[in-house]
Amino acid sequence: MIPGEFEYHRPSSVAEAVAILVKHGDEARPLSGGHSLIPMMKLRMAAPEHLVDLGNIADLKGIREDGNTIVIGAMTTQHDLIASDLLASKLPIIRETSELIADPQIRYLGTLGGNVANGDPGNDMPALMQCLNAQYVLTGPDGDREVAARDFYEAAYFTALAPEEILTAIRIPTPPAGHGYAYEKLKRKVGDYATAAAAVVLTMSGNTVAICSIALTNVADTPLYAADANDILTGSTLDADAVKRAVAAAEAITEPASDGRGPAEYRTKMAGVMLQRALARAAQRAQS
Amino acid sequence: MSEVENIPVTMTVNGKKVQRFVEPRTLLIHFLREDLNITGPHIGCETSHCGACTVEMNGMSVKTCTMFAVQADGAELTTIEGMANADGTLSALQEGFRQMHGLQCGFCTPGMITRAHVLLKENPNPTEDEIRMGISGNLCRCTGYQNIVKAIQYAAAKLNGTDFQEAAE
Repeated sequence: MIPGEFEYHRPSSVAEAVAILVKHGDEARPLSGGHSLIPMMKLRMAAPEHLVDLGNIADLKGIREDGNTIVIGAMTTQHDLIASDLLASKLPIIRETSELIADPQIRYLGTLGGNVANGDPGNDMPALMQCLNAQYVLTGPDGDREVAARDFYEAAYFTALAPEEILTAIRIPTPPAGHGYAYEKLKRKVGDYATAAAAVVLTMSGNTVAICSIALTNVADTPLYAADANDILTGSTLDADAVKRAVAAAEAITEPASDGRGPAEYRTKMAGVMLQRALARAAQRAQS
Repeated sequence: MSEVENIPVTMTVNGKKVQRFVEPRTLLIHFLREDLNITGPHIGCETSHCGACTVEMNGMSVKTCTMFAVQADGAELTTIEGMANADGTLSALQEGFRQMHGLQCGFCTPGMITRAHVLLKENPNPTEDEIRMGISGNLCRCTGYQNIVKAIQYAAAKLNGTDFQEAAE
């Protein structure tokens, strides 16, 4: 379990890091928390010749409010997300999701940026970011550009991120106060990827759903934003019939693999069950 | 590519400053065990599942099989070798593991104790559930965790100056 040889870079600014990526092209990989990349390097399934450690770039850490947007630096760890009072009050679904990722040791090092940029369909944050309509800030030699989480994922490990770009920040529009939320994840054990998981954020206006946003984890090559299910539920009272139709619409877009977590049919059904539970919990939490 | 240059790293391990030249691909666990001869942190699964290689780094618990030594440049590390009290007596956690039979084969123990050490620093009064979730990144194949949880409760009580009450079974 010894990785291949590489040259180690530890830049202290984003500009310096981008310059290294430009120089070495796809022979270079940025390193954030390392808990996806290093295991792949140990298996020699990844063998970058240049490793660009982002751990020394202070600008990439931290959580702040910018008007109606929460901005999270890419190197902010899951442990930091769980500890943040700002997120606890404005975006509590981030803590709920973070606590379901891996185990305490890994959460001290694993970062939000690494989790969303890697393109691993098993990761939990990509679907959550789609649910929250987050924008990813990608910094390259020509400056910054923003790509919506809902447009970022192309296939497993294929994303809109170019080899000379670094995902530097995540911008999340602050959901209305009193919104309901839930992340429901079915997994076999602590540290496992989801068999299926669902993220829900909704707001109620009296008895009817004003805004609804749903996304699913690990039931396709990419995270899935469930637009049809959202449309069905918006304006509904979350009555049994509407929920049933929304769950069916969400299940219809899944395309899971059959693997150790179960056959495809089962995982599709579990995505539906997770969604149903998440909707119930989110509705309970929503203030109308 | 060949002949990658070795890189100087400096870190403080168990209160002692060490400096070495390492190959960038050296994992922190190999650096500790083979370069520094600190063999308390164990190699269990080597895939970041089992937690036997856990040490404290800058106040965090980390799995040293999933970090490069060069990433720990400038860091402060504490391994099981640095857990005892300054006068050489057992720390509250070590005493807890001894009194409550928190180990059988002992392979997971260095990881369990260094992990529990950080857990109690962050949360001096954990509930049983918080202890179980707090050590969920550490696997034990002998004890069934029952006595490990008790050992941590014993240590928490001792550190808080309260009496340890073993829950009725």
